[in-house]
Amino acid sequence: MADYEIDERVDITDVVCPMTFVKAKVAMEEIEVGQVLAVTMNDGEPVQNVPRSFKEEGQQVLKLIDNGNGTYDLIVKKLEE
Amino acid sequence: MAVDYAALKKGGFMRQKQKNHFSLRLAVVGGNLTAENLKIIAEVAEKYGDGHVHLTSRQSVEIPFIKLEQVEEVKEALATGGCKPGVCGPRVRTITACQGSEICPSGNIDTYGLAKKLDERYFARELPHKFKFGVTGCQNNCLKAEENDVGIKGASIVEWDEDACIMCGVCEKTCRESAISVKDGKIDLDREKCNYCGRCVKACPTEAWKGTPGFLVSFGGLFGNRVYKGENYLPVITSEEQLFAVTDAAIQFFDDNANPGERFRMTIERVGLDAFKKVIEEAYHG
Repeated sequence: MADYEIDERVDITDVVCPMTFVKAKVAMEEIEVGQVLAVTMNDGEPVQNVPRSFKEEGQQVLKLIDNGNGTYDLIVKKLEE
Repeated sequence: MAVDYAALKKGGFMRQKQKNHFSLRLAVVGGNLTAENLKIIAEVAEKYGDGHVHLTSRQSVEIPFIKLEQVEEVKEALATGGCKPGVCGPRVRTITACQGSEICPSGNIDTYGLAKKLDERYFARELPHKFKFGVTGCQNNCLKAEENDVGIKGASIVEWDEDACIMCGVCEKTCRESAISVKDGKIDLDREKCNYCGRCVKACPTEAWKGTPGFLVSFGGLFGNRVYKGENYLPVITSEEQLFAVTDAAIQFFDDNANPGERFRMTIERVGLDAFKKVIEEAYHG
């Protein structure tokens, strides 16, 4: 039972670093403060680095979900523009 | 009068192939120079050199084509911009550092602050041979700690705070050493696997991972005619006081035991690793 509702989704599995975070950041810019974004990313470098990058941008990471297929969904709430 | 090249070299004047010309090495700490420093360096290079400077492999600046008879004049000019000659020869050399935690998001320690303290403590200390310190802020090792006679690497000694944790799972994936696992609603940290990189602290969205700065120290690295990687013989160091006790002991071991012209690594090998370990372990444990 998730205590959040996903407002938008973005899939960044089709790009590599540093475009992974660029694509995720663009998607974050398109939602409103208070809304929640789900970012689907590959295992490895993206899942090691993207959560930290969102934190450094001042956003609230809520959950990292293992999709069991080599991808993960990172759930992030937008706290600031 | 015969030119005392040894005295000139000690003062950072490196003899060039061109007769009576010197490449003047400047004292730089941790690779940082102020705009004021840079202005006087540019002026001196134009007025006394041939208009160019060289950036050395260890974060110093050399001004080539300084003429022998103008050495004193050049020193005075440099002093007006806060610069002074560096050193070469058998003594403690430039303390190098990455940008560290004051600038870099990855840094675990204030490398520049530490480099300045090491510089005050050891710079130009006379020894049987050259002796190099390097300070790097984290496991990314941009400053290549293990190339140095004594290499210092910033560590993050991490603790998990259950109350602050939302069990998001980010840390488990962020850890490159597989030291963190989520088990039955708890986080388990395998301290045997933890390499003090601090990535869990940097990534944790709720500050449930807290990191205390520490130091990992390597000894006996050299990267010249012979190449050896410095080795770490101690557990993580938890305070600056403890760090300086260890570095004091290591440099004193070199001073007491090295033959002239012998690098630290060779001294450790000749005298014996066990004897060296005993000295630094005693310093570590106070």
